[in-house]
Amino acid sequence: MYQTNYHRASSVADAVKLQKKADDGKFVSGGMTLIQTMKQRLAAPSDLIDLRHIKELKGVKVSGKSVTIGAATTHAEVASDAKLAKACPAICHLAAHIGDPHVRNMGTIGGSVANNDPAADYPAAMLALDATIVTNKREIAAAKFFTGLFETALKDDEIVTAVTFTVPDKCGYSKFPNPASRYAMTGVFVAKRKDGVKAAVTGAGDDGVFRSKEVEAALSKKFDASALDGVKVSAKNLMTDIHATAEYRANLIVVMAKRAVAAANG
Amino acid sequence: MSEVSMVVNGRRVSGTVEDRTLLVHFLRENQGLTGTHVGCDTSQCGACVVHMDGKAVKSCSMLAAQASGSEIVTIEGLANGADLHPVQAAFKEHHGLQCGFCTPGMIMAAVDMINRHPGGLDEKTVRAELEGNICRCTGYHNIVKAILAASQTMAKGKGKTKKAA
Repeated sequence: MYQTNYHRASSVADAVKLQKKADDGKFVSGGMTLIQTMKQRLAAPSDLIDLRHIKELKGVKVSGKSVTIGAATTHAEVASDAKLAKACPAICHLAAHIGDPHVRNMGTIGGSVANNDPAADYPAAMLALDATIVTNKREIAAAKFFTGLFETALKDDEIVTAVTFTVPDKCGYSKFPNPASRYAMTGVFVAKRKDGVKAAVTGAGDDGVFRSKEVEAALSKKFDASALDGVKVSAKNLMTDIHATAEYRANLIVVMAKRAVAAANG
Repeated sequence: MSEVSMVVNGRRVSGTVEDRTLLVHFLRENQGLTGTHVGCDTSQCGACVVHMDGKAVKSCSMLAAQASGSEIVTIEGLANGADLHPVQAAFKEHHGLQCGFCTPGMIMAAVDMINRHPGGLDEKTVRAELEGNICRCTGYHNIVKAILAASQTMAKGKGKTKKAA
């Protein structure tokens, strides 16, 4: 790792101030991606501004159908939140299957969405749930927030403070974890509301998380795994790498969508 | 440079380290606590697992400065003098190791796992919970046996304490 300067922010305002003073300052939350990337010398921020100790960024609030998750809430905290498990078990299930127990004790939802790893789980949930990403400056719809591989609408001095969403009628998530890294080789989050079905795919797109028109069209007719029998997803714009071809991932999207719907229907 | 201070195995320690110093290197090199191992460089193997404020974390994946102000327990902090912690005793009894390199992380992960499952563990849960710890010798069988046995011993121990109290 190259040299860096560590700062611990006491509040969001303090974090912004520290970032402005730095040459090339980066915010760090759990650090489960950033610290690794720095160890590999693929990132070398002059300054690290630690958001993990900011109280106002922590916690889960459930009020009827409205859910707000503070950005510095860890995956372990989301996974084990009793109120959330009652209101929207799919999001707890998703959080419980990120990385491993030790990673889940550090990694946060804010860090995950801000990093927008093309194989991360949360971006799929945010997109399918029509979530709003709340920052210190504005509120951004998930559909406008995730803009490409590791790219988001965030400005350099902008901090994700929370994510909010309205619990849908039904939702579910299923992923095929890479046998070695356990990152999603393809993961699908489906959410059903009165006005239709949204199905977002992670781990498969050439340009990060996206919604599958084919899956949504089939599930809008009937929200059941059987509705996906024979459905073909185009391999265009899907990723080919050492783990799988685009065609393989296209097939996985349908298989994972079936499992996600089955989970949603409980 | 950063001034870091934390409680390690019940003892308050402090030091001046480069900001980029990883927690695992602070523990091993500044504190001489070499029981915590560095196995991989990619946050996958879990040999470096310690407890921070009661939760299992990978000490190779955070800076010492990030951990400043916290309470850390390493493998050296588990035994009570010559009396092994029930999880250590179970690993010995069930031969839950061969080369032993992954063992400190396995044991710290196991203690955390048992604490989080006060109702007890089954084999499937133990195997799933070992996601973040890699062993290249045992094939995991005896590690799983050891953790299941330790979980039962610790549950019984708690029962006894309650009766005694």
